[in-house]
Amino acid sequence: MNLQLLSLYEQAILVLAAMVLFTSFALLAQTRIANLIRLFAWQGILLSATTVMVAMVSKQHHLYISGLLTFVLKALMIPWMLNRLAIRLDIHRKVETTANQTVVLLGAAALVVFCYYVALPIAQLSAGITRNVIAISLAVVLLALLLIITRRKAISQVVGFMSMENGLFFAAVVSTYGMPMVVELGVAFDVLVAAILFGVFFFQIRASIDSLDVDRLNRLTEAQEVEE
Amino acid sequence: MTALYCTLLLPLVGTVLLGFVGHSRKAGWINVGVSALTFGASLWLALNVLEDGALLSPDKMLYVDVFNVYLVALTAFVGLTTAIFSRPYMLHEMERGRVNRKRLQLYHAMYQGFLLAMLLALVTNNLGILWVAMEAATLATVLLVSLYRTPESVEAAWKYFVLCGVGIAQALFGTVLVFFAAERVIENRDDALLWSVLHAHAGQLEPAVLTLAFVFLLVGYGTKVGLVPLHNWLPDAHSEGPTPMSAVLSGLLLNVALYALVRLKMLVDGSLESNLAGYLMMGFGLLSFMVASLFLHRQRDIKRMFSYSSIEHMGLMTFAFGLGGSLATFGALLHMTVHSLTKSAIFVTVGHAAQIAGSQSIDKIRGLIRTQPAVGWGLLIGTAAIAGFPPFGVFMSEFLLLTATINSWPWLTVPLLIGFGVAFAGLFRHLHPMVYGEVPEGQHPVRANMLPVVVHLLLVLCLGLAIPDFLARWFDQATLLIARSSLL
Repeated sequence: MNLQLLSLYEQAILVLAAMVLFTSFALLAQTRIANLIRLFAWQGILLSATTVMVAMVSKQHHLYISGLLTFVLKALMIPWMLNRLAIRLDIHRKVETTANQTVVLLGAAALVVFCYYVALPIAQLSAGITRNVIAISLAVVLLALLLIITRRKAISQVVGFMSMENGLFFAAVVSTYGMPMVVELGVAFDVLVAAILFGVFFFQIRASIDSLDVDRLNRLTEAQEVEE
Repeated sequence: MTALYCTLLLPLVGTVLLGFVGHSRKAGWINVGVSALTFGASLWLALNVLEDGALLSPDKMLYVDVFNVYLVALTAFVGLTTAIFSRPYMLHEMERGRVNRKRLQLYHAMYQGFLLAMLLALVTNNLGILWVAMEAATLATVLLVSLYRTPESVEAAWKYFVLCGVGIAQALFGTVLVFFAAERVIENRDDALLWSVLHAHAGQLEPAVLTLAFVFLLVGYGTKVGLVPLHNWLPDAHSEGPTPMSAVLSGLLLNVALYALVRLKMLVDGSLESNLAGYLMMGFGLLSFMVASLFLHRQRDIKRMFSYSSIEHMGLMTFAFGLGGSLATFGALLHMTVHSLTKSAIFVTVGHAAQIAGSQSIDKIRGLIRTQPAVGWGLLIGTAAIAGFPPFGVFMSEFLLLTATINSWPWLTVPLLIGFGVAFAGLFRHLHPMVYGEVPEGQHPVRANMLPVVVHLLLVLCLGLAIPDFLARWFDQATLLIARSSLL
């Protein structure tokens, strides 16, 4: 792909896509809870900026609404809620111990390459940046999955979960100018409810195992002894 | 049209109403009443559709044809009978002090909310809304799984939440890809996710994109169906929640997820020349079937055991829908029905059995038939039915599926038959001591409502002996829709 042949809009989209992917890597590398939440908010801001830009260029006015929705939900409300929960549960300044940070980051890089491979059939279909965008949003989804797998704190897993939604949303906005409005509203509603439920769960988990390390949620296994 | 709106509005009203009065002692009755009205509306809807054919709402958002209307009626029916069972059961749990009034309120409101989400997922015409409703069904039940607040139940709920959330996110990615492919073909963007429109244009959709999309959709909705290796959440979530929840999760939610998969397969089949979607479903289905039947042997918790039996049966249905053809599809539709009925009946009985023994551990449940014959016989007959004993309906549908397999993939009958045998042995080695074993001292009968069990098992028996003519034609029309050829 020759970058100079791309329009200004396409170049801007690519830059934003790269930045979103960068925040995903940063999330993986970050172990301090407070910073993790801040980075997640930045990802939300980038996402809503992308949405507004796509809206301006494509003249799809409903995208302004979804851009605003993203900003309020992903950049303000959910990070604020998570932050408040972290303070109330007193894990705000905790640093999470993660094993083998280097291997995880290298694995993440390999995942990005894999995503480009998966997106190959789409490249043959459409010229321009769509392939890049699909590959990158898939990468954001998979990196979020990696975050969920490698972390022990419930709160980091929630950040991963929400970041996964960000990746999906990015794909929808850039490759198809957003989903129909009803669907977008429905998804936003689900995300909001999920965020609230996660908050409820933090307290339930802490009340039951006296910690937020999901590693210690290990009572249910196949060969369990059933206790009463 | 009115019937359709009633079917959706009644559970909505129920959710809101029980959100306010769900803690009162009358709440159980309200729950039963609303569910009964919903069932009535769904029957009315079914009659409309059977007489006049498929129904599309004016705004094109809701679409009902013979295939989903049968699942609507089934969902509403099992919803009603489980509500009847749940009323005394939850009162008993309250007397034992396992739930307080506030949690009872949550339970009742979310019971109706869950029914609403499932019905919406079934009747919606929009693939995006289908996703939203599936996710909503997870969100509605996740707090119910942790209703007892024991460490185990909180763990199960967290697992359920995170695994299903992650899984279903993949389905959203698949939906975005479908939209991406559709948008190039269908002019009006707002119509590009409508199933009826997509189905009409299926031939023009880009096969490469749709293949990729189906893989994501299969992983996503497959997680909710409980396909191996994405099944880890299922035994936990189904066993730790209150028993009425286990009954509706196992009997209904899995069906709805499978319904979504079948709808999408119809779409992908229209676009692709090959039977790729079918092969994928066959592979995952057979794997789930085999793995789950092996795992049946290792269980120590009675509800976990029957959850694995659900995975086994869902695997079998996925396999059958993947196999395609009129015989396999007919068999799979019948199997969906009899499995839902039998499995919810079993969970109702299991709930009573666990209350009698004061434990869900298989080792502690003994001598049911002498302590309370109704529960003991219910469990025995229910398990015989689910294991595929003639003359029950499960035998009928499994027989049809085997015949279909012999017709098209003869060598696959070997793993199928082995799986049936292994599952059968797994169920009965645990069942026998529970029903006939020595009665522990101080074991007393509980107040049990066996009406739902009797009704369900009688229906399954009838379906096994002779399928009524109108029902056979109903299934046949659905088969025609899915497999594009009819059986009768």
